[in-house]
Amino acid sequence: MSVFAAIVRRDLKLAVRHAGDTAVVLAFFVIAAILFAFGVGPEAGVLARIAAGVVWTTALLSVLMSLDRLFAADFDDGSLEQLVISTDHLVLVVAKVVAHWLVTAVPLMVVAPVVALALQLPNTGLAPLMIGLGLGTPILSLLGAVGSALVLGARRGSVLVAVLLLPLYVPVLIFGAAAVEAAITGTGHVLPLQVLAGLLLVAASLCPWATVAALRSAVE
Amino acid sequence: MHKYANPTQFIRIANAVLPWSTAIAVAAFVIGLPLALVFSPPDYQQGETVRIMYVHVPAAWMSLMVYMVIAGSSAAFLIWRHTVAHLIARASAPLGAMFAAVCLISGMLWGQPMWGTFWVWDARLTSVLILFFIYIGYIALLDAFDDPERGDRAAAILALVGSVNVPIIHFSVEWWSTLHQGTIITMDGLTLSGDMARPLLIMVAGFTAFYVSVVIIRLRAELLAAKIRNARQSLAAAE
Repeated sequence: MSVFAAIVRRDLKLAVRHAGDTAVVLAFFVIAAILFAFGVGPEAGVLARIAAGVVWTTALLSVLMSLDRLFAADFDDGSLEQLVISTDHLVLVVAKVVAHWLVTAVPLMVVAPVVALALQLPNTGLAPLMIGLGLGTPILSLLGAVGSALVLGARRGSVLVAVLLLPLYVPVLIFGAAAVEAAITGTGHVLPLQVLAGLLLVAASLCPWATVAALRSAVE
Repeated sequence: MHKYANPTQFIRIANAVLPWSTAIAVAAFVIGLPLALVFSPPDYQQGETVRIMYVHVPAAWMSLMVYMVIAGSSAAFLIWRHTVAHLIARASAPLGAMFAAVCLISGMLWGQPMWGTFWVWDARLTSVLILFFIYIGYIALLDAFDDPERGDRAAAILALVGSVNVPIIHFSVEWWSTLHQGTIITMDGLTLSGDMARPLLIMVAGFTAFYVSVVIIRLRAELLAAKIRNARQSLAAAE
């Protein structure tokens, strides 16, 4: 079994054993989205107008909430050090990111349509929302890996990582939400999705290197 | 270039530059401010409000330039382990954040008479706002570790990640803002006559020279602080 598959399997197994962690993130996602309905009122027109933005924003925050299990848990119990010593760093980082995406983003994408419909998102917006989440959430995991590796061992790491990452998440939010809105208004949702795909390629080619550098300086 | 990595060598050059940059900054403000605030003509469209531009535009320019300095010296620090490079980045960060804040505040003061409200989600202003938060994150990361060296390295990596992201964020925000609203009057929409361009250039020169002077002063303080730390450590080791 390759190292890559072994690390992914290990993280998936850990996620299954601690299924509560995934459930908490999902619960956060749903509650945060519902809060908007309480905040702006149950009027269907208003909700429909903000649904795409709310789903995207809360998905973004949920990914942020889940970042501590990317590296921090392994860092605290020392297993991250063992992994860094024993394997190729790039393989380790990519495997960790893939596992994080499978454990966090995939469940989010299962729940997202339900939340979107509860927020009265028009049906035409559903497909671009899901495609956008499919293209955008890997970017969130990739950037999240950089951020959570940077704050390993820092004071107030979980708040700090939010301040570091939220500005970097802005483009994903812009194009993800814009694709849904364009589909609803019929102004061409292909362009923003293409941009998201482009951003994913850029993030996939650069973020692992930055994460490796950050991990090395953390474990050194 | 590696010659300047030696702190003593670097400080010698910095000390030679300091009086010049300070003189240029003072001269530029003494000449530029009256020119900009009193003697330059009011704009036919914006009236006297246009004078805010002479502070706003140099501040916006500096907030970007300081970020480029931080990214450049972070790269030098990570690649060659230049000791001075990360001190430059560390000394520049609060200045960059301050320039971004000046740009935002002056932009809001300009927006009140021009747009009738302090804040419009104008693309440029919004990108500077995000740049401001990137600065805040960078500064927070620098000081988040008990081991200062770890903070330096983490912040340097963040600065490089940010340097790829800042243009992407800028273009996304620009695209987003044209999507949601029609064209509004912006500061870059105006064509500058010579009477306006001259004070603006003088102010840009003044802001830049001011930045150079303050960074040198902060660098000297950082190097002295490092010296004190080392002396204390060897004293503690001797005991």
